[in-house]
Amino acid sequence: MERVVLRGGRIIDPSQDMEGLYDIFIMGGRVASIKPAEEGSPVGEGWLEYDCKGLVVAPGFVDLHTHLREPGEEYKETIKTGTLAAAAGGFTTILCMANTTPPNDSEAVTRFIKKRAEEEGTVKVHPVGAITKGLEGKELTEMAELKEAGCVAVSDDGRPLMNTSLMRRALEYAGGLGLTVISHCEDIYLKEDGVMNEGFEATRLGLKGIPAQVESIMIARDIELCELTGSRLHIAHVSTRRGVELIRDAKRRGVNVTAEATPHHLLLTDRMVGYDTDFKMNPPLRTEEDVEALREALKDGTIDCVATDHAPHSSIEKDVEFDMAKDGVVGLETAFGVLMRLVHEGVLTLKELVRLLSTEPAKLMGLQAGSLSVGSPADVVVIDTEREWTVEPETFRSLSRNTPFKGWTLKGRVVRTFVDGRVVYEEE
Amino acid sequence: MRLKRKDILTIEELERDELEMIFSSAASFKEVSERDIKKVPTLRGRTIINLFYEPSTRTRTAFEIAGKRMSADVINISASASSVKKGETLMDTAKNLEAMKPDCIVIRHSSAGASHILAGLLSCSVINAGDGAHEHPTQALLDIFTIKERFGRVEGLKVLIVGDILHSRVARSNIWGLKKLGAEVTVCGPPTMIPPHIERLGCSVTYNIDHAIEDADVIIMLRIQLERQRATLFPSLREYARCWGLSAERLKRAKKDVLIMHPGPVNRGVELSPEVIDGPWSVILEQVTNGVAVRMALFYLLLGGVKED
Repeated sequence: MERVVLRGGRIIDPSQDMEGLYDIFIMGGRVASIKPAEEGSPVGEGWLEYDCKGLVVAPGFVDLHTHLREPGEEYKETIKTGTLAAAAGGFTTILCMANTTPPNDSEAVTRFIKKRAEEEGTVKVHPVGAITKGLEGKELTEMAELKEAGCVAVSDDGRPLMNTSLMRRALEYAGGLGLTVISHCEDIYLKEDGVMNEGFEATRLGLKGIPAQVESIMIARDIELCELTGSRLHIAHVSTRRGVELIRDAKRRGVNVTAEATPHHLLLTDRMVGYDTDFKMNPPLRTEEDVEALREALKDGTIDCVATDHAPHSSIEKDVEFDMAKDGVVGLETAFGVLMRLVHEGVLTLKELVRLLSTEPAKLMGLQAGSLSVGSPADVVVIDTEREWTVEPETFRSLSRNTPFKGWTLKGRVVRTFVDGRVVYEEE
Repeated sequence: MRLKRKDILTIEELERDELEMIFSSAASFKEVSERDIKKVPTLRGRTIINLFYEPSTRTRTAFEIAGKRMSADVINISASASSVKKGETLMDTAKNLEAMKPDCIVIRHSSAGASHILAGLLSCSVINAGDGAHEHPTQALLDIFTIKERFGRVEGLKVLIVGDILHSRVARSNIWGLKKLGAEVTVCGPPTMIPPHIERLGCSVTYNIDHAIEDADVIIMLRIQLERQRATLFPSLREYARCWGLSAERLKRAKKDVLIMHPGPVNRGVELSPEVIDGPWSVILEQVTNGVAVRMALFYLLLGGVKED
């Protein structure tokens, strides 16, 4: 049995409220024991030793929102490259959305993704099944079978379910199976063909706006349906102050709703868009006021976790006119470094950030992840909080380069990632 | 004399002294078009490409005539007759055109920001001839030049812009330019056609044309872009004409010497009644004449003389 020890690191594990200098002993891919760090003490024969002095050791990150593009758009990302990118970003478990080609609306596609991930993947991949067949918003998928095949949640992400009655049935049916519905909240009739946040910037640039209410109207609807059905609802990529307020209010009333926000919506605003298609995503970048509200919501627990919405696109989709470019940015490899800005700015503590990136998302989806407690899978991220680095898209493991953080200098970097006790990423 | 920039993409980015330079240059080039032999050798050996992804009569012709009167070689490309139909991207088209070494590409495109893409990609000059609902800088230049000619100034004038402000690149460029030169600008139209926070450009907003025309020195009427009204922004052309159209009757409330402008093409009987289009207030055809002079000035200021490196 393989024996690994991570020595002398500062362990931050919010799942057991642990913060301090410890040695972590791993056997057979699981955490075997955690002991206060004893410098120089011998660990015995046959232990593979990693010196983590001066580094932070935390549970591997869990991303509830990625797009791996396989099957169908392998030139943008494959399960292999997407999971490599995840490992480089410190993510050891990811959920991949159903909007592939063909979409993940059947047992066959789910099994394909699982098999590919086992054969070629470097981190743990949990597929999200479609809510409706073909993501067409008409008929429910065979969710029981999807669950059996390995789906951990259902979502028509990217395509909001405009039919309110169908959304109700989806919540009821998925709820009965213990599947969470992840909702991409967007009223497409109000959105029309909008391409960026509605406001002065859109007016100045002559681009069609997407009002904040496109999101908040649907969040309000889905909260109402969540209350009606009692099922579990998770709101994807919240971007607006009004969205936050609606979720906060629902949580106060005890509604079974959770929510995520992305690094880009926490750091960027519509004033940075210009005509740069690497700043085009859905939902769009909003205003300073919205960013403030999202940060506040992270602190008070209204937003439960951070998710990347990693959405790879090639130059074919992005090197075009702004209104014709596809929505989406990659995020797996920059998420942690970018979010460290919130730590440096005093918005979050490092422990809170780790909780938002690992413990919380794992808990929301009931995954065996996000913890270093004894017996847990040894999915671990090792972080150098002092390391400064510059975002250079050409060095990404992802096949795509569409990041709005190009050229940013960040402080704090993932230096090593373990999955089941094995190194899956090591900084060169 | 030369502008210290490679491209003309927006009025927003132009300084007041650059605007003045363009106007004084346009005034001298206007004379060329009055001559018997309407040609000067200024741009001999220079190549200008008009790359038009949207239909255009006035703008494209004015650019072409402007280039030809300065002895440049002018090539016109319209999207319908080119490889665009075969699926080539804007970037690829631009790079291929540049490979033939033009000195300037004039682009009109339905996507806001299209001229920015070209300018960032190419080493030749790029002039924006209208990009989506963003800007139409040469239209604003000819509009303001026309106003300046008539009043001898822009400072302190009250300018009313009426119509579909939401989709109008002409409105945006004019607001920027008029504000930089000290005019007071009011925009007017149905609430559905006033873009959010437009007042942050320094203009005021009203929905009532009858009040707004009373103290206006200049009224710029915008075209209702029938081809763009996919959504129902107003109930009918009839109601639009009734509420926001300019008739001789309505004009009785305006100043006697008010200037009526329109970037064309006019929908007769919608924005303007025929008697207003053809009436004494209208400078619509002067705008067209000045459109040539202003574009000659721009070509000269971007391409003329010896290139400084």
